[in-house]
Amino acid sequence: MILIFLPVLASIIFALFGRKFNQWIAFVFAAIPMIFAVNLFYKSGPGSSFLLNTLADLPWLSQNFRFTLGYDGLTGMLLLLTNGLLPLIVLTGIKDDENRVRNTALALAMQGALNGVFMARDGLMFYIFWELALLPIYFITLSMKHGNAFKITLRFFLFTFIGSLAMLASLMYIVIFKTNFSFAYSDILAANYTLNESIWLGGGFLMAFAVKIPIIPFHSWQADTYTHSPSVGSMLLSAIMLKMGLYGLIRWYLPVFPESIEYYKPIVLSLSVAGVLYGAIIALRQQDLKRLIAFSSLSHVGLIAAGIFTLSATGLEGAVLQMIVHGINVFGLFLAIEIIETHTGSRNLVDLGGLAKNNRWFTIAFVVMALGAAAVPLTNGFPGEFLLLKSIFDERATLAVIAGITIILGAAYMLRMLQFSLFGEGDGVIKSLNLGQLISLVVVVFFVLFLGLFPQVILDSVQLSINSIIEMIKAKGVLS
Amino acid sequence: MSIIILLPLLGFLVSGIVGKYLPKQVVGLISTAAVVLSFAFALHMFLEKSILGEAVSQKWFTFLQVGGLQIDVAFTFDRLSGWMTLIITGIGSLIHLYSMGYMKEDEGYYKFFAYLNLFVFNMLLLVLGSNFIMLFFGWEGVGLCSYLLIGFWYKNLNYGKAARKAFVMNRIGDLGLLLGLFLIFKEFKSFDYTIVFDQIAAGNTPAHVLTAIALLLFVGAMGKSAQIPLYTWLPDAMAGPTPVSALIHAATMVTAGVYLVVRSQALYFQTALASDVIMWVGLATSLMAALIGLKQNDIKKVLAYSTVSQLGLMFVALGCGAYTAAMFHLTTHAFFKALLFLGSGSVIHGMHHEQDIRKMGGLKSKMPITYFTFLIGTLAITGFPFLSGFFSKDEILLHAFSHSPLVWGLSLISASITGFYMFRMFFVTFHGKYRNTHYPLEKVHESPITMTLPLLILAVLSVLGGLLNLPHYFGHNVAGAFSSYLAPMYKFAEHSPEVSASTEWLLLAAAVSVFIIAFVAMRMKYISKNSVPEEDDSMSGLGKVLANKFYVDEIYDAGVVAPIEIAGTVTDGLVDDIAIKGITDSIGKSPNWISSLLSRVQNGNIEYYLIYMVIAVSILLAINLF
Repeated sequence: MILIFLPVLASIIFALFGRKFNQWIAFVFAAIPMIFAVNLFYKSGPGSSFLLNTLADLPWLSQNFRFTLGYDGLTGMLLLLTNGLLPLIVLTGIKDDENRVRNTALALAMQGALNGVFMARDGLMFYIFWELALLPIYFITLSMKHGNAFKITLRFFLFTFIGSLAMLASLMYIVIFKTNFSFAYSDILAANYTLNESIWLGGGFLMAFAVKIPIIPFHSWQADTYTHSPSVGSMLLSAIMLKMGLYGLIRWYLPVFPESIEYYKPIVLSLSVAGVLYGAIIALRQQDLKRLIAFSSLSHVGLIAAGIFTLSATGLEGAVLQMIVHGINVFGLFLAIEIIETHTGSRNLVDLGGLAKNNRWFTIAFVVMALGAAAVPLTNGFPGEFLLLKSIFDERATLAVIAGITIILGAAYMLRMLQFSLFGEGDGVIKSLNLGQLISLVVVVFFVLFLGLFPQVILDSVQLSINSIIEMIKAKGVLS
Repeated sequence: MSIIILLPLLGFLVSGIVGKYLPKQVVGLISTAAVVLSFAFALHMFLEKSILGEAVSQKWFTFLQVGGLQIDVAFTFDRLSGWMTLIITGIGSLIHLYSMGYMKEDEGYYKFFAYLNLFVFNMLLLVLGSNFIMLFFGWEGVGLCSYLLIGFWYKNLNYGKAARKAFVMNRIGDLGLLLGLFLIFKEFKSFDYTIVFDQIAAGNTPAHVLTAIALLLFVGAMGKSAQIPLYTWLPDAMAGPTPVSALIHAATMVTAGVYLVVRSQALYFQTALASDVIMWVGLATSLMAALIGLKQNDIKKVLAYSTVSQLGLMFVALGCGAYTAAMFHLTTHAFFKALLFLGSGSVIHGMHHEQDIRKMGGLKSKMPITYFTFLIGTLAITGFPFLSGFFSKDEILLHAFSHSPLVWGLSLISASITGFYMFRMFFVTFHGKYRNTHYPLEKVHESPITMTLPLLILAVLSVLGGLLNLPHYFGHNVAGAFSSYLAPMYKFAEHSPEVSASTEWLLLAAAVSVFIIAFVAMRMKYISKNSVPEEDDSMSGLGKVLANKFYVDEIYDAGVVAPIEIAGTVTDGLVDDIAIKGITDSIGKSPNWISSLLSRVQNGNIEYYLIYMVIAVSILLAINLF
């Protein structure tokens, strides 16, 4: 519970007194929950995660509206990601301008809400936290310095809002007609749905998740939002928030509505794989670094979503691994872009070049992160992509051939990005990184290499959760 | 065995991290020592174990374990991987030593050695890994190092382009390889060589599955070993420093595809269709590259096309089922092609970065050691009797003949063209009159000892390499040593060519005569008549087509690269920006209530309203909880 309330409290404190604090205080605020997340992780023991272990179950508004938190390996991994990245994000993603205090407070509030999303084992709580996590990001996005700020945010808002409404409608139907006014995850899980109900209700949830992930054609909010948001917004959205959608798929869609999977599977699989290719092809042509990363991100999450929908242990575990890895890498890349932009005044490939000459360590870090994103073996991008592609191959070989083109195009756009920013002629100097940026880059590079060698650390922790979710799907007679 | 693999990695870390702050000589010595020591350990292990037929296996840790899938980081030093290790670390040592002289003036000295060490490490992963995933690790790793080293002089955008081309083209092959691996796992439930090949050898696998796997793996080999249609990156890769061309793009990395096929002998032995594909692709590549090589004037480009051509010959051998012959040629080729590249590097070094052979000539007197060793390399590759290339090439031709006289004929043509382009280059470079007006002959100098010593060692190996696997007419006591060494590595015994003794002598005579024809013809043209290859603009007809490499690059650009780029632009501009956004926006715009809601969001201090809301919810939660 501390994981939820501490950041909210910190957010309030920061909103009230933030002008007197610098970002290091925010960093400390954001880092304290990490201690609890790590503690939880160790208490549960890496190999022995227990599914649906209840952390708290208290009557809240009434006996039926309960405050239920749970923990398992899957939740644990996402808590580590959220609370591990958040301190780094408040430290490096927020510019020292008139929005500093506001954006920091919002980011801290989001931290609490995200923790809530990942721990909630109650439909209403999940919905509330889901919405609470979205609100801060709207306001962060609104503070972008772009003529169309309002329009871009509006599009983002409408997409997510409509998705959420669909989920809320499904939830209401379930509570009223199916579970006798209980929102508890276990009750929602245990209810019997007819095929039609499963398709409609599951569709509602799926809608909310598909927008957040995003799966094409629900992605059109993404590129502009990532590109024009302040870094903190791009980082929060891409590194953590889109994992809400993927997490939602695994926790709230698959085991609850397995009857509908057969119905949606072909659609989601083909859309996701199409997204892999679609994002990669567009990324090839981008000049704006942030836009390039936005579309590469679209490509990466498409692969994750496709892996999830293979319903295999390989696909699901690969998906969780890749969620964590993508979070770390994309944060690192956005940070690198932020650094480049601050020091050279541009993040457009047309203006850049030759940064390698004067900035050795930064170059190494940027190259390592880009290789991670291009899934070169011995970096963290490889094992996840390997597992995902393998699961898709086992599902249907032709889809894997299409999705596999990403390993060619991924290399092409990442190397192109390196070429025109770091190499070639140029005299750009990145004077000195501040301590926060330095720490963050070191942390990201460390994890790119460490998880490239020992991805099993993550897989071990989620194995049991994933297996029990697959068991749940099987229990309902789907999957032979 | 760990130490063989870890030494180069250690060298990479040391020279990469602290190398910048150490004197150049020290960095060079550290990285060279790392590889030399690695070679020493490998040699020790080879003599202690491999010779006796013992394999050493080692597991470090489990890399991935999901469901029924388990991938170990594990290594096996057997006769095949042991042999490759010796080549990699042995030639690697010489090239490290050479680089200490060649790269002396370069500001990126420490970086160069770091990358070289990293390359050796990855190459060792590739050959020593005991499952397909380790191979894939090394496979991609060497591709990465190749990328880093081709683009080593990163300020030059063209070099950068060549580097990216190499990496991306390799990744096309890698996708094929990866899909092949997935299919292997689907069929055999393992990536482990022993398990997979035992099951394949058992013969219960449907033929079409085997063929599919064999072809997919070969797609990977096409990328790495520069075969049609994925060969165009290799000539461009000459943008990298010359030692890199010698080590990566001639002696070791490009032979990874050959290694993969030999390793998977159990598979290819049983798939006639895939073997035929390999043979014809190899043959086509060999001929096409040899023809292009005839009209190149950049000393490194000639050697690059020659490498592509020789690799093609190795694949012809593999396609004919002559796995040992391919490995034999791989070995001798590693010797003489490394020698030739290093020799060309010595020329380039002595001529202050001139690579155009039309601007050379008469270097013989100024660079005696380079001249002499280059001559040996040229003779070895063109098949001068009793030098290494003579034996290895003849073994391939013999197998080709026993497979089909047509294949033999075409291979012989390719082999004879080798003679033409090599002697053309050799005579134009070292004989005749000096032709460079910008760089006076007096300034041309022989290279330092660190560079000439490796040349001399490689020259000895190029001469003696043939002793490894002498043909049977030398008597059974000495002949076929390499064949019997590799024989236990095969699941199925190799066919020996069914050719009568008289035919064999005829084949031999044919091979020697094409060598003589090429030698005499080129000598007449470039020494007796003293002619010089024409300038680019005066070319016409077939010569121009060859000089322009059959316009394959242009065709790829127009046929593949441009369409993808156009697709990107169109998708981004039309589909994504206008169509999808347009549709979704118009849906969003219609309901009035949403816009009125949002206009409220727009005005002013809404963020504080939000924070208050969060506070309110929190308080509500808290009250109810406690």
